[in-house]
Amino acid sequence: MTTPLASPSTVTAEKADELVLKKKISIKVCGVGGAGCNAVGFIAQTNFDSVDFLLLNTDAQALAASPLPDKWVLGRKRTRGLGTGGDPDLGRAAAEDDAARLASFCAGADILFILAGLGGGTGTGAAPVLARVARESGALVLALAILPFDFEGPRRQAQAQGGLQQLKAAADAVICLPNQKLFKLLDEKTSVPETFKIGHNLMADGLRGICRLLTQTGLINLDFADLCSVTRGRHVASSFATAEAGGEKRSEQILEKLLAHPLLDGGHILNESDALLVSLAGGPDLTMSEVNKIMESLQRQCENAHLIFGAVIDEAFTGRLSVTLIASSRSPIEPAPLSDEEMRKADPAPMQFLDPSPTRRPPSRVVAPPPEMSNEKKEQLYSRQTGQTRRKSARLQKELPLEIVFKGRFDKSEPTIRHGEDLDLPTYIRKGVALN
Amino acid sequence: MFDSPSIIVGLEIGTSKICAVVGEINASHALNIIGVGQARSRGVRKGEIAEPALAEEDVRNAIVEAEQMANVEIRSVYLGVTGNHIRGFCNHGVHPVVSADREITEEDVQDAIKNAKAINLPVENSVIHAIRQHFQVDAQTGILSPVGMFGAKLEVDVHVVHGHGNRLKNSIAVVKGLQLDVEEVVFNGLASALALLSNEQKELGSLVIDMGGGTTDYAVACDGIIKHTGVLAVGGDHVSNDLAYGLKVPLGRAEQLKLDHASAVLRPEVKGKTIELPGQMGLPSKTINLEHLHRITSLRVEEIFELIEREISHLGWLERLRAGVFLCGGGARIPHIQTLAENIFQLPAFPGKTNSISGLKSALDQPEFATAIGLVRFGSLQQKRKINSGLTGGIKRTFAEMFKR
Repeated sequence: MTTPLASPSTVTAEKADELVLKKKISIKVCGVGGAGCNAVGFIAQTNFDSVDFLLLNTDAQALAASPLPDKWVLGRKRTRGLGTGGDPDLGRAAAEDDAARLASFCAGADILFILAGLGGGTGTGAAPVLARVARESGALVLALAILPFDFEGPRRQAQAQGGLQQLKAAADAVICLPNQKLFKLLDEKTSVPETFKIGHNLMADGLRGICRLLTQTGLINLDFADLCSVTRGRHVASSFATAEAGGEKRSEQILEKLLAHPLLDGGHILNESDALLVSLAGGPDLTMSEVNKIMESLQRQCENAHLIFGAVIDEAFTGRLSVTLIASSRSPIEPAPLSDEEMRKADPAPMQFLDPSPTRRPPSRVVAPPPEMSNEKKEQLYSRQTGQTRRKSARLQKELPLEIVFKGRFDKSEPTIRHGEDLDLPTYIRKGVALN
Repeated sequence: MFDSPSIIVGLEIGTSKICAVVGEINASHALNIIGVGQARSRGVRKGEIAEPALAEEDVRNAIVEAEQMANVEIRSVYLGVTGNHIRGFCNHGVHPVVSADREITEEDVQDAIKNAKAINLPVENSVIHAIRQHFQVDAQTGILSPVGMFGAKLEVDVHVVHGHGNRLKNSIAVVKGLQLDVEEVVFNGLASALALLSNEQKELGSLVIDMGGGTTDYAVACDGIIKHTGVLAVGGDHVSNDLAYGLKVPLGRAEQLKLDHASAVLRPEVKGKTIELPGQMGLPSKTINLEHLHRITSLRVEEIFELIEREISHLGWLERLRAGVFLCGGGARIPHIQTLAENIFQLPAFPGKTNSISGLKSALDQPEFATAIGLVRFGSLQQKRKINSGLTGGIKRTFAEMFKR
C-alpha cells in the first residue's frame, strides 16, 4: 500500500497507518478554474469508479454549464461569481476566502488530484491554495497542471510559470501537460473541440494510470514515495505518458506508442530525463519477456536515468498491457531547490496575505539559518557578493540551451539518434570543442 | 523469355549520386563489368527517397548512361537500399532431431532454418535478407552442412536484415515508375562487402565500412559468412553540414571545401594555416582556418568510426577480425582516413578494391562504385544459384544463350 514520504505532521503519519489497515483509499479529483473544470467534467464521464469529483471556479456561469453535481463558486463575495479576469491575485484571494470550505472537502481524502489550467486567474491563483489546504488536512496532493499554448502570449506564460512554482512548493508532486505539445497530434483539419478532447483524453489516461499505480498493490510495487522521488525537487516539469495495447505484439506496439507520444517529444524527453518511473499493468498472461523487452528498450532510450519500475497484475487487463511513464529531468541551470526568499522573488505577484512557510516542504538540502550580524557587516557582505552574482549571471547566459543550433539540410529529415545523442548536430558542438 | 539472364544491373540510389552498373556473365561464367552510368542525386536524404519525382529523373539519367555505355537494354535491376530504419540482428533457431537413428536429414535442416527465420518483427517491417550462419549440432559448433551427421539437437543462427516496408517500397516505386523490374532488394552494406572482400578476407574476418553521402553502412564478415550488418544514418553530408555551420560558409562552399581540403586526422602541421577563398558569384572572399576545418571533419569521422567500433566490439566481433578494415564509398577518399581507422579499430585498414571482378578499370578502382558493383555481384550469385537449382536449369541456360543478344 502507499506509504507517504516523511511528512512533518503527525496527522499524515496516522493517516498512513490507517491506509495500510483499511486498504481502501479515498481519492478525490478537483478541477480548478475553467480549464481544470472542463478536464474534470470530461474525465468524470469516462468511467472512473470510487472517485469523488469537485469543480471549483470563480465564474458561476461556466460552472453552471457543467453537468457534474459537485461544484462550488469560489470567493462569491469578492468576485460575485463573475470570474477573475485573468488575475491570479484575485483567484488566490477568492480561494483564501473559502479556505475553510475547501478544508471540509479535503477532510476525508487520502489522495487529492488537482487539475488546473495555469496562466489564467482562478487556476493559477487558487490551485496552490487548495494544494496547501489539502496537505494541511493530511491528503497527499498531486497536481496536473495544464500550461498555456504559445500563442496565448508571454504574459500568460509568465503567470503560468509563477503559478507552477507556487504549486510545486505546495503540492507533493506536479506533472505538467503543455498544451503546445498537443499540436503534434493535430492536423490541419482538427477542430477546436476535438483538440480539447484529445487533451482531456491524455489527462484522463494519465490520471487513470497514476490512480492504478497508487491504489493497486503490484507484484513489483510502486507507491507514492516512488512517484515523489521522480517528481520532487526537480525544477523542470515532469511529463507523463500512458500507452495501452493488446494482441500478440503488444510490447512492440506499446513501445512505439510511447516513443510517438506527443508529451514525450518523440522520445526526446526520455533521452533528457534523469529519473523515470515506469508502471506496467497487465493481465495474468503478462510474460517476463515482454517486461524485459519494454524495460530494455526504455533503458536504452535513457541510459543515464534513474529508473524506477513497477508491475501490477489485474484481471481486467487480460490480453492487454498498459504502461504509465513519468519522466523528469533536472534543469541544467537551477540545481538547488528554491529557498523561501527566492520563491518570493520568482513570484510575479508576491503573496502578502498568505504566508507560504507552513505549506512548504522541508527543503531537500539543509540550509543553515543566516548568522546574526550588524547592518554594516551585512552591507559589506552584500557588496562583496554582487561581483559574484554578476559572474553567475554571465555563466547562466553561456548555458542557454543549444537547441538553436541549426541542423541545416537535416532540419526536415528524421533525426539520427544514437545513445541519446542527436547525431545531426555537429560533433564538435556536442563534444564542446571550441573553435577560436 | 527473351530477356537474357547474362546481363545483370545493379542500381544504387544514393544520397549524393545515383549509380547503375551493368555486368555481363561471359561464356566462361565469369562476371565482367561492361558499363557504368551515374547521375547527381537530388531527391534523396539520408539514403532514403525524399522527393520521388526528382529521384526518378536522376535514376533515368543514370540508367540511360549505363545503357549507352554497355550498349544493352536494361529491363531489370538489383536495387540497393539503405536508411536509418534498416537493422540487422541475429536470431537463433532450434530443432530437435526426432528420427529414430538421430541422423540429421535435409528436412531437419530446413525446419531449423525455418525456426530461426520466425522472428517477431513490427508489423510494418519486412525482412530484406536472412543470412544463414553456421550450424550447431548438440555442442559441436561451426558446422557448414549438417546433413548426414548424428545428433539430438540442431541449432542455427540467422542474421536477419529488416527494414520499414513502406520506406523500402518508396525506392522500389521509383524504379517501377521507369518501367524497370526490381529483381531483388539488397542492403547496400551487404553489397559493398560482396564487392570488396575476397574469400580469404571473409574467412579471416573483415569489416567493411561504406561511408556514403547520407549513411554509413557496415558489415562484418567472419569465417566466410556475413555475421553482422548495420546502418548509421550519418555520412559525408554531415561533414559538409558541420563545416557550413562551423566555418559560417554556405552549404555549397562547405561541400567544395570538404572535397578539396578535408582530413580525417588533425595533424600538428596545419596549425595556424589558412586558406583564401576567392570571392565569386556574389560570394565575398573569405579566409578559412585550416585547423578548424580539419578539426571539424576529423571529429565527425572519428565519431562515426567510434560508434561502429563500440557496436561491433560490444557484439564481440572486433577481436575476430584479422584481415582488417576495408573502406569504400565517397568517405574513403578523405585523406588520412586509413590512419584514423587504424587508430580506432587497432587493425590494418585498406581502401577497398573490387579485385575479384574483371571489367572496366575506371569503374572498379573507384570506392564510390563498390556498392553498385556489389549489387551486380549479388545478382550474379543469385542467378548462378537459380540456374544450378532446379532440373530445368540446364535447359534454361541453353535457351538463354540461344537468344542472347
